[in-house]
Amino acid sequence: MTLAVFFGCSFIAFGPALGLCLFSVVREPLRVIILVAGAFFWLVSLLLSSLVWFIAVKASDPGDEPLQKGLLIFGVLFSVLLQEAFRFLYYKLLRKAIEGLVALSEDGCSPISIQQMAYAGLGFGLMSGAFSMINLLADALGPGTVGIHGDSQLYFLTSAFMTMVMIFLHTFWGILFFHGCETQRWWEMVAVIFTHLIVSGLGSRVRQAPSQDPEGPSGALSLSCSLPALPALWCCQLGPTVAFSAISFLFSVIGGPPFVPAGGRCPGAPAARE
Amino acid sequence: MAAGAGWRMGAGERGRRGAETLFRGLLFCVLGCGFCWGNSVERKIYIPLNKTAPCVRLLNATHQIGCQSSMNGDTGVIHVVEKAQDLKWVLTDGPHPPYMVLLDGELFTRELMLQLKGSSRISGLAVAISKPSPAQGFSPGLKCPNDGFGVYSNDYGPQYAHCNWTAWNPLGNGLAYEDFNFPIFLLEDANETQVIKQCYQDHNLPQNGSVPEYPLCAMQLFAHMHAVTNTVTCMRRSSLQTAFSLNPEEVCDALSDYNVWSTLKPINTSSKINPLDEVIIVATRIDSHSFFWNVAPGAESAVASFVTHLAAAEALHKVPDVQMLPRNIMFTFFQGETFDYIGSSRMVYDMKMDKFPIRLDNIHSFLELSQVALRNSSVLWVHTDPVSRRNDSIQPQVETLVEALINSSVGANVTLQEVGQSQPLPPSSFQRFLRAKSIPGVVLADHRTSFQNRYYQSMYDTAENILMKYPEGLSPEETLDYVTDTAKSLAEVATVVARALYQLAGGTGNTSAIQADPRTVSRMLYGFLIKTNNSWFQSIIKQDLKGLLGDELPQHYIAVTTLVNTTQLVQYVLANLTGTVVNFTKEECLNPEKTPNPEKEMYVYTWVQGSRDPNSTSRVPFCVQSTVHLTKAASPAFELKQWGSTEYSTWTESRWKDIRARIFLIASKELESTLEAIAEADI
Repeated sequence: MTLAVFFGCSFIAFGPALGLCLFSVVREPLRVIILVAGAFFWLVSLLLSSLVWFIAVKASDPGDEPLQKGLLIFGVLFSVLLQEAFRFLYYKLLRKAIEGLVALSEDGCSPISIQQMAYAGLGFGLMSGAFSMINLLADALGPGTVGIHGDSQLYFLTSAFMTMVMIFLHTFWGILFFHGCETQRWWEMVAVIFTHLIVSGLGSRVRQAPSQDPEGPSGALSLSCSLPALPALWCCQLGPTVAFSAISFLFSVIGGPPFVPAGGRCPGAPAARE
Repeated sequence: MAAGAGWRMGAGERGRRGAETLFRGLLFCVLGCGFCWGNSVERKIYIPLNKTAPCVRLLNATHQIGCQSSMNGDTGVIHVVEKAQDLKWVLTDGPHPPYMVLLDGELFTRELMLQLKGSSRISGLAVAISKPSPAQGFSPGLKCPNDGFGVYSNDYGPQYAHCNWTAWNPLGNGLAYEDFNFPIFLLEDANETQVIKQCYQDHNLPQNGSVPEYPLCAMQLFAHMHAVTNTVTCMRRSSLQTAFSLNPEEVCDALSDYNVWSTLKPINTSSKINPLDEVIIVATRIDSHSFFWNVAPGAESAVASFVTHLAAAEALHKVPDVQMLPRNIMFTFFQGETFDYIGSSRMVYDMKMDKFPIRLDNIHSFLELSQVALRNSSVLWVHTDPVSRRNDSIQPQVETLVEALINSSVGANVTLQEVGQSQPLPPSSFQRFLRAKSIPGVVLADHRTSFQNRYYQSMYDTAENILMKYPEGLSPEETLDYVTDTAKSLAEVATVVARALYQLAGGTGNTSAIQADPRTVSRMLYGFLIKTNNSWFQSIIKQDLKGLLGDELPQHYIAVTTLVNTTQLVQYVLANLTGTVVNFTKEECLNPEKTPNPEKEMYVYTWVQGSRDPNSTSRVPFCVQSTVHLTKAASPAFELKQWGSTEYSTWTESRWKDIRARIFLIASKELESTLEAIAEADI
């Protein structure tokens, strides 16, 4: 559908997130590092979960439809849990990093607080968004649009919005999750995992059976790439996702302000643990 | 602060490595997404059309013919044209040009195509093959095939040149020799055509006289050809590339393949035969052509003729005293005759240049089988060349030839009749031999003046065209063995030819025992026209050539790759029908030079895989001794690097990268601008 759709969808999907990046992350080198490393952690979690799914699919009978469906659901579940596990691992890594930064600093304060390290969530989101959108964008460059088999015309538009919302959701989940880990409020972590499961479950109602996808990586891509038809899309997926996003935003705002200026007194409570 | 320094390096190091790995990850991500062919999003958008045949570009010394698409394919809104009035929408009325026309096979005529050619509102054409074949006949070939490359020219029989006397192919509309600047594809599968028509009916039909609204159903055809202008240009460019580039990008290839020939009495191919030895040449062509690439069923124009020829060769080899005949007989199957006599011109050239074991002076007479399957009330016409017959030495030899043929037809259901003495030869390989030397010869055909074949060199020249009918409900094995009436008729022609050849070669025995086998003819017709992957063909080919036999309809186009399936199959069938089984082991058969025996130099040994036992799954291979040889059938113009030659064939085929077709929906420009507006707002 040519360049118009390509640029339109990519700006819709990544515009706000990149704006956020531009205003708050790009100036601070430490935030950049945390963002990029966060993206990498998400990538590794996706690789591992797609490897497991791929092995499961290859080891199973491709003709058995209910089994393939079951494997898909299992795949989604496993992927979500693995992503959250990696988020936790990243949290642990960042805690260690704070200790190191505190040791390096002159005034015994870490130049970055754990709340700001929740930018890792933005990294997660950007990478997840990239995976969702890129093959869509590649197909958007071609002359055709979705619809010959009866799907909705607004497929690309909806996917772009969905991706935008997912990026923000990952950001807010990051904030909530890290806050939950910091303050030992386990219910926050459970809520994050729970909402992540719901949103992914809504998103992974793929049209075709996964056995038709040739390789593992593209199979995993199809998990995050394909979306159901428009009416189901708007009511059952985009709507609740936006709702979750709004709720998460509120909680994260209540949980702790991420935009704390660096320098001055030690920001955030447990800046250094002896 | 060693520990601190170490820690600082550690953090920086980790950060850099993290960024590096992320870059690799992103690259993997992009590449991974780039390889998402057939991913579910692409399947939501496009429906690929798999059973299609493109029209490609062919070039000769002066022109380019065929079709061309843009580099990245041509896209257009589909419009189905089922009657002539529908064309008006495409040419003038339709509001969403350019259009991609889906044409019914019946409407694929010269007038319509010239209308489309002149219009800028057409981006491509898809022709749905018409079943049954169009009743009025269809031939995209020329009215005067191979004009200018036969024997008749301003120097030799000028009144016969350029079909002044008779247009051999009056139904020929010359479409295959036109140059189109948009792609044209053939839709071979009726189901795919129906899918396209359904998409058109759902989206492109105007509702209540109003303009159809977006989204519209569109088709994209990819068939970008690399060669342009003519053979001289493309060969020059190719040779520059080969000479100077490390990674040469050639743009065209010469049409070439191999001729198959075999002699009744074995000859030593490494030296020339005795100048006093006389050889009778029997010739047929084995290739055909149509408007579309690699669609060339050629039933009447090629297959029936060479099958008859093969049956005659088999019948002759069964005669006990053939090895004692005074004259030898050479059975020759020329490839590439459709394209200005590639095979026969090369053989004549080789004979003149002494590169062939037989010289032009050794040729005693020439017998060619042109189209023989559609005989009207069992009459077979004998064509001769009026110009060479004016020669006093040629005329009696021609008369002997004709007399031998007429004598052989007594008792068979074939009536041989001579055409008028002032009538020229039809397009035939014999004309190339006459260009070099006056040889007495005849061409046998089922037509007196113009062709009986109403589908000459078209996609409709199939088994139905030569009236091959099988009863319902037969299994493939039973169909293979069933003897059709066509087979019986061709077997009679083969019998007549074999008997005449025996007489001409100096045979003095009774010829009534020489009979061609209708069952063999029928099996060959089945194998070359319906399915090559049958049990008989499987048993006569070599073991490692399983890819040779396919399940789809066989096509007989010369192509640019060497040794197309047809040539190889003719070679193996000829070896099987005229050769003898010898008791050699596999090593002896594959390496005959190891065992010293002067006779071995005259034969060719083939290790064939044999037939399958009905009980077991293994085959019993054996060694066949035959005199079947292959010689190169590439136009001398390419050997001599005379790419602009008017003497020899200069046909080349363009190269291409990607040929495919697909349909999809296209959205309106308004939707795209809305998308842009939202995107702007977002940012």
